[in-house]
Amino acid sequence: MLHFNLADQYRRGSSRIHRLDPRIKILGAVLFIAAATVMPPGKWVAFGLLFVVTVLVARLSGLGWAFALKRSFVALPFALAAVTLPFTVPGQPIAQIGGFTLSAEGSIRFLTILVKSWVSVQIAILLTVTTSFPDLLWGMRELRIPAPLISIVGFMYRYLFIFADEALRLMRARASRSGAGAGKGGGGLLWRGRVAGGMIGNLTLRAFERSERIYEAMVARGYIGGEIKTMTPPLMTDGDRNALVVWVAYLVMTLLIGFIF
Amino acid sequence: MHHTLDVKDLRFKYPDGHEALFGVTLSIAPGEKVALVGPNGAGKSTLMLHFNGVLQGEGEVRVCNMPVQKDTLGKVRAAVGLVFQDPDDQLFSPTVFEDVAFGPLHMGLPETEVRQRVKEALAAVRMTDYIDRVSHHLSVGEKKRIAIATVLSMNPEILVLDEPSAGLDPRARRTLINLLRDLPQTMLISTHDMRLVAELFSRTVVMDHGRVVADGPTAQILNDAALLEAHGLEKP
Amino acid sequence: MHFHVPFSPPQLHIPDGFLSAGVSIVGWVLAIAAIGYALRQTRGQFGEKQIPLMGVLAAFIFAAQAINFPVAGGTSGHLLGGTLAAIIMGPWAAVLIMTSVIAIQALIFQDGGLIVLGFNIANMGLITAFTGHFVYMWLKRAMGEGRNSMLAAGAIGAWISVMLGAVATAIELAISGASPLGLALPAMAGVHALIGIGEAIITVGALAFLYTTRRDLLDIGEKAPAQASANWVIVGLVIALVVAVFSFAASPDPDGLERVAENTGFLDRAMRPVYEILPDYTIPFIGNELMSGILAVVVGTLIVFSAAFVIARLQRKATA
Repeated sequence: MLHFNLADQYRRGSSRIHRLDPRIKILGAVLFIAAATVMPPGKWVAFGLLFVVTVLVARLSGLGWAFALKRSFVALPFALAAVTLPFTVPGQPIAQIGGFTLSAEGSIRFLTILVKSWVSVQIAILLTVTTSFPDLLWGMRELRIPAPLISIVGFMYRYLFIFADEALRLMRARASRSGAGAGKGGGGLLWRGRVAGGMIGNLTLRAFERSERIYEAMVARGYIGGEIKTMTPPLMTDGDRNALVVWVAYLVMTLLIGFIF
Repeated sequence: MHHTLDVKDLRFKYPDGHEALFGVTLSIAPGEKVALVGPNGAGKSTLMLHFNGVLQGEGEVRVCNMPVQKDTLGKVRAAVGLVFQDPDDQLFSPTVFEDVAFGPLHMGLPETEVRQRVKEALAAVRMTDYIDRVSHHLSVGEKKRIAIATVLSMNPEILVLDEPSAGLDPRARRTLINLLRDLPQTMLISTHDMRLVAELFSRTVVMDHGRVVADGPTAQILNDAALLEAHGLEKP
Repeated sequence: MHFHVPFSPPQLHIPDGFLSAGVSIVGWVLAIAAIGYALRQTRGQFGEKQIPLMGVLAAFIFAAQAINFPVAGGTSGHLLGGTLAAIIMGPWAAVLIMTSVIAIQALIFQDGGLIVLGFNIANMGLITAFTGHFVYMWLKRAMGEGRNSMLAAGAIGAWISVMLGAVATAIELAISGASPLGLALPAMAGVHALIGIGEAIITVGALAFLYTTRRDLLDIGEKAPAQASANWVIVGLVIALVVAVFSFAASPDPDGLERVAENTGFLDRAMRPVYEILPDYTIPFIGNELMSGILAVVVGTLIVFSAAFVIARLQRKATA
């Protein structure tokens, strides 16, 4: 079961990490994942160093050592796709299952992918837990992601909850009108699909009407199209800049260890 | 400053052909507090959307003695603060601060003044502590007050509110009534809440089928049982 | 607010670690180019309403992806939405809408990685929007005016879009060495051939609803600007697909292909449930399992397409 939890992941706090400039945090997370991505397979010391630093960040954020571990599963379909690697990548045989041989190279590659994925999810979670959504949007805009796209994402996030509520209401209404249990249900597949499609059509109309009214409200407050005006951002502190330098240095060191040893 | 609203023989037809206003004439003097009542579909909301130029019909609409037309829209929208029925339509920014700052920012005001106006607007609706909050977590009553703040920050001379007390529980409604009583602006509200009308508004305009059918002192209108019943209203 | 969804929308969100650096960069180049162009196009198309309209529609698609309909044994069908968005609003608007949805799913819910986000956007936003739109417009023109031709075109467009998104994902995984192509491709394509049916059904349901209630809304997508650029995107995607497939097949690692052949027995057993539902994925007279897998998918798609076209022509003849 995948949980579609619409509660914000952000947890308020005043740790050093919480107070870091959002630009630094976003850059740091992306550079971390990039370092993990380019790391050659099987460099367990280097991956260990990356893992250690995620635990450290969790600790510094006031979240406790094991926080991010609770929610860092690897998406199952893709893990299944990769689980064939030990059997299909040629190399030194290390084990036999049934009549089939696992190769060292294949197993190393498979485990490497899992570790990279896991450690990347860790840092991504830490980013969103320590940075509020408006701050994330702000940080991305300052990092030169196009302002109209940022505004669009901001609107989406703002109205997501309203449409999710609507969707939930429609699904509950449907459930209360369906006699049989929720699992099987009566009516053919096509009919059920058409009902779902009808619900989505209903939401579509609400979306258009809602966007019209929002546009009128924007116009009433002076919007004439184009970019939405915002306040200028505060300047970055030296402390934050230094933090990024240290972070990058650590990543570079980890990469060197991975490539050389 | 003449903070007035003048409408003369306003007619409006929607693009799909639906005729909504059949010649509305109405004048509101500075400082007046007027209630606009009538059944659903009477054209109250449609009329209100003409006051800041969102809709433009035939006839004359003047705000603060300015005709509402293309080149005056900026000034008109700063003079008339329109608060919509559904506060979710008006709170579209990520944070309360950004929503209340939206108006002044788009008026081109310098940032220090924007910040000042946000503080004052939130204080006027008694929601100073909400400045960093995220809109979708607020209750309906809180959202309605923030929505009022989002137009107050533009320092309008006239406030136009569409169904301000709809959907509020008694406590939130009482808070809102006290707020409306204390705000100094010229005010026009549309509402079904007849007790609110009786309590706050000295003048009442009755609309039905796209026309003004009565316009006079609230006490007089609310005592005219025949009039009220003819237009789907009830005495409070 | 918290609600459980039995199955997430079509699972094409690649996590970090599964794509190599080179492949990730290519994905970003595609995504950035598409987003930049989409911003320009939709500004021209929608003017001052661009931001609230795109934003609210993105919120709607995101929420719509949670709406399920029970299929069998506890699983459910869901909407991905690229084709529906493209039919209603035009392909470039769909790119923006899907980009917003996919980006937030990655950032806030870790549904898909951040470095691999480029290709996730390209697969689920760019490819689905353009192939869905293109197939829809083309089939609708071929089948003539009327509700049924519109619905059929939408259904087939939706199905093909999900299939091609899945095929692209499999190829990207294979090039990155995360999964052998001979397995990833039939597996992804097979599973999404089924999921695509769910997409098609829901898309048709939504289109039918809108056709009855607000037919004018469906015109927005048809009158969307830059048909010429859309065609170039399609051409580009097809070329990229062909190049990717054949460059990988020509990989200088013949041993790898033999290992695939050796182990196909085990994998056949593992894939049995999938193969039982779908026809066998190999073409017997082609010796190389890998090549036959690729060809099977391509041929299958062409057959569906041609069948639709022939049916459309016959229907036109019948009503002429």
